[in-house]
Amino acid sequence: MEHNLQEIDSIIDHWGPKPASLLQIMLDINHKYHYLPKESVERVSERLGMPESHVYSVATFFKVFSLTPRGRSIIHVCTGTACHVKGTPKILDRLKQTLNLSPGETTEDLALTLETVNCVGACASAPVVVVDGKTHAEMSPGKVSTLVNELKNEKKD
Amino acid sequence: MERLNNVLDLEKLRKVSIERQKRLKKWIRVCSGTACHSQGGEKVVDALRESLARRVPGDEYMVKATGCNGFCAQGPIAVVEPDNIFYARVSADRADEIVEKTVLNGEVIEDLLYVNPETGQRIVHEREIPFFAGQERLVFGDTGANFVTDVTDYISRGGYAALAKVLSEMKPEEVIEQVKLSGLRGRGGGGFPAGVKWESCRRAKGDAKYVICNADEGDPGAYMDRSVMEGNPHQVIEGMIIAAYAIGAAEGYIYCRYEYPLAVKNTNWALEQARQYGLLGQNILGTGFNLNIFVNRGAGAFICGESTALMASLEGKIGEPRGKHIHTVDRGLWNKPSNLNNVETYANVPLIINRGAEWYSAIGTERSKGTKIFSLVGKINNCGLVEVSMGTPVKKIIFDIGGGIPGGKKFKAIQTGGPSGGCIPESLVDLPIDYERLKGAGSMMGSGGMIVMDEDTCMVDVARYFLNFLCEESCGKCVPCRMGVKRMHEIVTKICNGQGEPADIDRLEELAKTIQEAALCGLGKSAPNPVLSTLKYFRHEYDAHVIEKRCPAKVCKPLLHFEIDVDKCRGCGLCRKKCPSHAIIGVKKECHCIDEELCERCGICFDTCKFNAIQIA
Repeated sequence: MEHNLQEIDSIIDHWGPKPASLLQIMLDINHKYHYLPKESVERVSERLGMPESHVYSVATFFKVFSLTPRGRSIIHVCTGTACHVKGTPKILDRLKQTLNLSPGETTEDLALTLETVNCVGACASAPVVVVDGKTHAEMSPGKVSTLVNELKNEKKD
Repeated sequence: MERLNNVLDLEKLRKVSIERQKRLKKWIRVCSGTACHSQGGEKVVDALRESLARRVPGDEYMVKATGCNGFCAQGPIAVVEPDNIFYARVSADRADEIVEKTVLNGEVIEDLLYVNPETGQRIVHEREIPFFAGQERLVFGDTGANFVTDVTDYISRGGYAALAKVLSEMKPEEVIEQVKLSGLRGRGGGGFPAGVKWESCRRAKGDAKYVICNADEGDPGAYMDRSVMEGNPHQVIEGMIIAAYAIGAAEGYIYCRYEYPLAVKNTNWALEQARQYGLLGQNILGTGFNLNIFVNRGAGAFICGESTALMASLEGKIGEPRGKHIHTVDRGLWNKPSNLNNVETYANVPLIINRGAEWYSAIGTERSKGTKIFSLVGKINNCGLVEVSMGTPVKKIIFDIGGGIPGGKKFKAIQTGGPSGGCIPESLVDLPIDYERLKGAGSMMGSGGMIVMDEDTCMVDVARYFLNFLCEESCGKCVPCRMGVKRMHEIVTKICNGQGEPADIDRLEELAKTIQEAALCGLGKSAPNPVLSTLKYFRHEYDAHVIEKRCPAKVCKPLLHFEIDVDKCRGCGLCRKKCPSHAIIGVKKECHCIDEELCERCGICFDTCKFNAIQIA
């Protein structure tokens, strides 16, 4: 993990090793690795001079962070109110069925993770699914199947 | 680019920018808001730019990638200016045609125009479309016109003039007086008078003070703050600098949701530009006033929209709120006096300074001044962002601006105020919307989400949805919220599953009252609102679930029965093949039937059947 530590150090240095930077540092690490590796939590606690328990408390409090590895692609299903009334439950059901995953779970080959998000602010395009930052508008159970097939093919390529 | 050393430099730059824009013969505004973007807006921008560059190189024509236009239902949107020709649902392959016909030859392309669904008439000009004509766009008007990546575009439309006026002509007390006189109230939900807050913060004792912008727009269904931050961040930054001057702060923070990456990017970009131009940093516009502003990203916690939780999070702690017996204007971030307002509140400030408190306070109702941006979403034809003056009736927003409910369905209610708000039923459709009246009706303004619900929306399911949201988002610090909301969620889930008993409703009401009284923060105190307001107006739906074991809107799965209509079924077998639980039995060309025991009520057969033979009872 030597290599990782260097990358983590450079993230810490970017924000400055001070307690106020904790959340920003953790966001960058989480973004880079798709989760917070154990070594990174240790390193952050050491460099910022705070107990590991404090870093873990922040990591478990905020929804964005994961302590287990997540897939290379993350499917975020928006569960905002507008999406909900326009049919998110059906879309989530279809995704659970086709991927055989519950929200928060990752496929064994670490290709895909299924997650829900409270609202991505794309309410006019409801219901929406965001995959790796790309917003897919006006989803339907049928479109979900097409999207999953596309994602699976991309991974094979 | 040169640093602006004084107010005159700014005016000079404004003149130069206006002159440069006068050289433009035609320009195309293409909306780059989230909705248009997800429908292919970026490709439209590229295709139009490429097409223009090929035909008319030079600086007489240009494509402006602007902030959100607001009429999200019609995206991607392109408007050819100065003729104001509005094209809806534009795709990249129409770019050449738009440039050739409209930009170069002034012809209108009929099939790209917006069609008024009521009259069937095609409308050429943006300003004549009922969606826009019914609005009063003061704060949000600039966003759809603003060339996002160019600060001089904002300056050419009067940007930073309010800041220049404040720094060169006004004392901090005078600024506060103007904001107080204007009647501006917090647009984040609470509706606290902004000027009063600023005054308390100015009077508070402390060696350092902070100005903070709440861009942690967590209310599901609201996205006006996202759109303003993405499309016109300078307007918010200008408001923040004015606030900092008024209260005497030298440092500021914008706390923006992690889920809004483009807002974070554009705000950081705008801050950098403001620094380069000398509008931020040391010695702003040569007046000796110093202010630095930083962006901090949130990490997906709804509670961080609460002021004390937001400040805790800025300090690197978990986002737990504290009791409000000590106000944040006295002891907020790092225990120093801090002024927190939301995005839209700050965006109002430059307008008040430029046009005067008297002008501003003439808009709206007696106690709610100015305008409010609503995100009109859900079961509505014209989805989008709508800005109307306070006191506009619900009816005007839903039917005149919003164009009514799709598919001829019946309007049931609007939900405002997010998880802390409530529902306004159809019977209150004439209600003028302002802070007091929404509260009186059992809802609240919130940040301005307005989710329209039709006859197919189950109100008990909506209550369950919000309780589920609040269960997940409760920080867990106080018992009433942590345990109480969970118990309420269990009861409502029981009702949705058809296992409710009449006594459950009384239990819900009792729990609701206790939580309202005893919870620590605003989130907890308002958590029972979605249940109380649906109980108030839609008691009959609860009764249908509890007594008749029936979901009138046909949403709650355990209460549904799927059947095949014998007369309509042709025996095509499509539903049988698609059914994931193998619950459909039958042979080809003969009527099929559903095994109730196996049926999981997923609705796939209903969506698949081409003969409408699947009935839901």
